[in-house]
Amino acid sequence: MTLFPPKHLLSINDLGAEGIDEVCRLADHFTEVSQRPIPKVPALRGKTVAMMFYEDSTRTRLSFEMAARRLSADVMGFSVSSSSVNKGESVRDTVATISAMGPDAIVVRHRSAGVPHQTTAWTQASVINAGDGWHEHPTQALLDCYTIRERLGSVSGRRIVIVGDIKHSRVARSCVMAFTALGAKVTLVAPPTLLPPAAESWPVDVSSSLDAVLSDCDVVYGLRVQQERQSEALLPSLREYTAQWGLTVDRAARLPAGALVMHPGPVNRGVEIAPEVLDQPNATLNEQVRHGVAVRMAVLYLLLAAVPDLQPDEGVQ
Amino acid sequence: MEAEDIKRATWRMAHEIIERNHGLDGVVIVGLQTGGVWLAEDIVVALDEIEGVKPALGTLDVAFHRDDIGLRPLLPEAPTQIPFNLDNQAVVIVDDVLYTGRTIRAALDALNSYGRPRTVQLAVMVDRGHRELPIRPDYVGKNLPTRRDEMVDAGRDGVDIGEIVK
Repeated sequence: MTLFPPKHLLSINDLGAEGIDEVCRLADHFTEVSQRPIPKVPALRGKTVAMMFYEDSTRTRLSFEMAARRLSADVMGFSVSSSSVNKGESVRDTVATISAMGPDAIVVRHRSAGVPHQTTAWTQASVINAGDGWHEHPTQALLDCYTIRERLGSVSGRRIVIVGDIKHSRVARSCVMAFTALGAKVTLVAPPTLLPPAAESWPVDVSSSLDAVLSDCDVVYGLRVQQERQSEALLPSLREYTAQWGLTVDRAARLPAGALVMHPGPVNRGVEIAPEVLDQPNATLNEQVRHGVAVRMAVLYLLLAAVPDLQPDEGVQ
Repeated sequence: MEAEDIKRATWRMAHEIIERNHGLDGVVIVGLQTGGVWLAEDIVVALDEIEGVKPALGTLDVAFHRDDIGLRPLLPEAPTQIPFNLDNQAVVIVDDVLYTGRTIRAALDALNSYGRPRTVQLAVMVDRGHRELPIRPDYVGKNLPTRRDEMVDAGRDGVDIGEIVK
């Protein structure tokens, strides 16, 4: 039997359906905390969370930092551009250096899949994957589950269309695992060049036509076109992409009433989703960011404050 | 205590709250999740019947403010609901059983996030003793001497004392 909560969060699989539900339940509490006149609790006083970001990030990093601070934890910042990585220090030595200062958690983002996993071998701290290569981005999937749950009541039974560059998307991988674990019906829509070969073994449907699945879904989840990969000639052009797989005003009008438009950000306005569609009330991009703080508070609390479940509480009075 | 005793004690405490605060002006009731919520609800009903005024009712989960986080499994129960400002209010914290006082300390800490009350008072159905902090109740349903290895359960149906199964 696996311990719950787990020590690390490297993959959505570390949580399973029950764990995702528990994170969402806790996030309800932290949403309330975030709405207090003083939105801060002393739950992680004395704990230190280190940020180890080898890749650019705005929302994930800020979100983790704000989450840690709202729990009264101390935050150790680290960004590649201003660190000894520029002097050639290896990931292993950097982890050892950070660990020597005794953080309780290390939040890792790296361009290579598996770095967070490898990091667990080099530190006593809990390791949280904030995105590794094309592999996973579990906290993004958690906040997406929470957003769908908030808007639609539950994830279970929802028809979710994920459209875009599935192949290079860690968000897509984590979301597929999380959505299907909770009982959603997931359809992937992508140009054939941007579908991973492994998708055939995933518990999802695959389609190459967004128009074919549009009128029959509860959520359209657009992925970012990773323009840094344009040189690989996997896409004819951005204009072509938008024509085939973009959520245009015309396509958005064909969505069922109440269907959500989601995107993990940063969004290429007018490429994946039309600017007008982003302004519609069923577009949840800002909510996703807001929920990100509460969900990451839940993850930090779960990993750092909750003692692995021993037995039910008794005599707490 | 039986159900009837609980009801009488609830009504007596409601009268005492009105007496102490010279009415219910600026009085708000906050029940602690989850054990104190039923009593807070019943006190509000009694206050309404006696005084014709229904004070605002909130609920508070203190898990994130406890001093034993990390020492034992501590997951919150039900989200806090305090949809009103506590500045300059008379807050009556309500819980079922008062024991070490640590939950109340956590509650006092949590209340600070919602404003600065004019005064904070404490109502409990059972005071079982064994305080570990300088905290005392203002309104008590019943003083009930207990041993530390006993468990006290107070609900609308009455009060039970059980042994903690080791």
